[in-house]
Amino acid sequence: MKLARKDLLGIQELSVEEINLILDTADSFIDVSTREIKKVPTLRGVTVVNLFYEPSTRTRTSFEIAAKRLSADTINIATSTSSVVKGETFIDTARNLEAMNPDIIVLRHSAAGSPHMLSRAVRQSVINAGDGAHEHPTQALLDMMTMREKKKRLAGLKVAIVGDIAHSRVARSNIYGLTKMGATVSVGGPITMMPRFIERLGVEVHYRLEDAIRDADIIMMLRIQLERQETNLFPSLREYARYYCLNRCNIAAAKDDVLIMHPGPMNRGVEISPEIADGPYSVILEQVTNGVAVRMALLYLLSGGKS
Amino acid sequence: MKKRKVVMDAEGIERSLTRVAYQILEKNKGVENLVLVGIQKGGVLLAERLGKKISQIEGVPVPVGKLDITLYRDDIMTSGRARQIGKTDIPFSLDGKKVVLVDDVLFTGRTIRAAMDALMDFGRPTLIQLAVLIDRGHRELPIRADFVGKNLPSSHSEEVIVKISKRKTSDSVTIEEAF
Repeated sequence: MKLARKDLLGIQELSVEEINLILDTADSFIDVSTREIKKVPTLRGVTVVNLFYEPSTRTRTSFEIAAKRLSADTINIATSTSSVVKGETFIDTARNLEAMNPDIIVLRHSAAGSPHMLSRAVRQSVINAGDGAHEHPTQALLDMMTMREKKKRLAGLKVAIVGDIAHSRVARSNIYGLTKMGATVSVGGPITMMPRFIERLGVEVHYRLEDAIRDADIIMMLRIQLERQETNLFPSLREYARYYCLNRCNIAAAKDDVLIMHPGPMNRGVEISPEIADGPYSVILEQVTNGVAVRMALLYLLSGGKS
Repeated sequence: MKKRKVVMDAEGIERSLTRVAYQILEKNKGVENLVLVGIQKGGVLLAERLGKKISQIEGVPVPVGKLDITLYRDDIMTSGRARQIGKTDIPFSLDGKKVVLVDDVLFTGRTIRAAMDALMDFGRPTLIQLAVLIDRGHRELPIRADFVGKNLPSSHSEEVIVKISKRKTSDSVTIEEAF
């Protein structure tokens, strides 16, 4: 009944039992957010630092709300306004934060592996809120929580992940998590966005949208990072949308009761058409709601381990 | 080999609950605005059973809820482990209600402190009373029960085990020495 680890760095190192523990705990936190008084005193005196080296609204807000609903204190550091711009190194920033005695540091960084480096440098618990194209574990946990809530199981589900697989930490964390939990994962996208040897992670690889989503229980559309267009991964947004935008017609290849997910922020009309994003199968906003619960569960489980 | 003694059997528990049900009604002069809230896990079935008895006596249903106090505990950061969180289900307003908290064993009083804090987050009851099956002493806070099934003086090292199940026949209260 304890997450026997100091940090949450990625889904890859979690066991099935640990994932189940986090998801079960998250389920219990759902009702704290629906009460009139959306706060419990559980983490009084705990300080959570949100250290974000990349822009983020959703994830940072979600962590902050999660911490506050548990009565923890939160401090947000956006590096654009911090001493990073004065040339301080990452580890120096971390050591200075450590000296102020927070309990948990939530880190988002564009370099893969930076949470691991931080975890070795400081004694605080570190939660990875996205590191480069490596992992985004809390996103995968909230995705799995949403799938489990709607489909009542994870094992045996067929999940299609479509888009820029190569640059997606969301895809990687979900692949690690879902294959561990017994789901079948297929990935789809243009060949320029498909990493080599991705099939070694135990996924099916497709280059056509319809093939990737065939008979899927869940379709997860990834955001096309518009800034990637300059790197010539695809000729134009219009062409990408023509082949890979999930719409009313091509969705027919999936199961009738398919769920549509998106980690946000969405590019409407690029990877997902508005009638799908706002349609009856979309659980995109439920994902956001569950995100708060998953992050509450992690803050709770990582804090409870001290004696 | 641990020394074990049964201090209450199924019939004894049933009789105690019947008496407590009458006492609750007597003290509150009926069921008007009365609700029962069982504390997870030991108090939930007891609250349901008390609720049934009171409803039978008065012929009016009494709302029964359940409360999990894990998130209100005072030892979360020191216990060395994060405890599993149970279900809280209070499907009625507590504003202006007389709330009878129900638990199996009253010991240090810390659970009841946590339960009162939790209740206050759900509404503003007129009053809170406490009903327990066993009061074993050793209070660490100025808390007492309004309704007690049985006073059971115990030493700190002993363990009091209350078994309550849907099938009443196997219910029991046992006291066990630690070594």
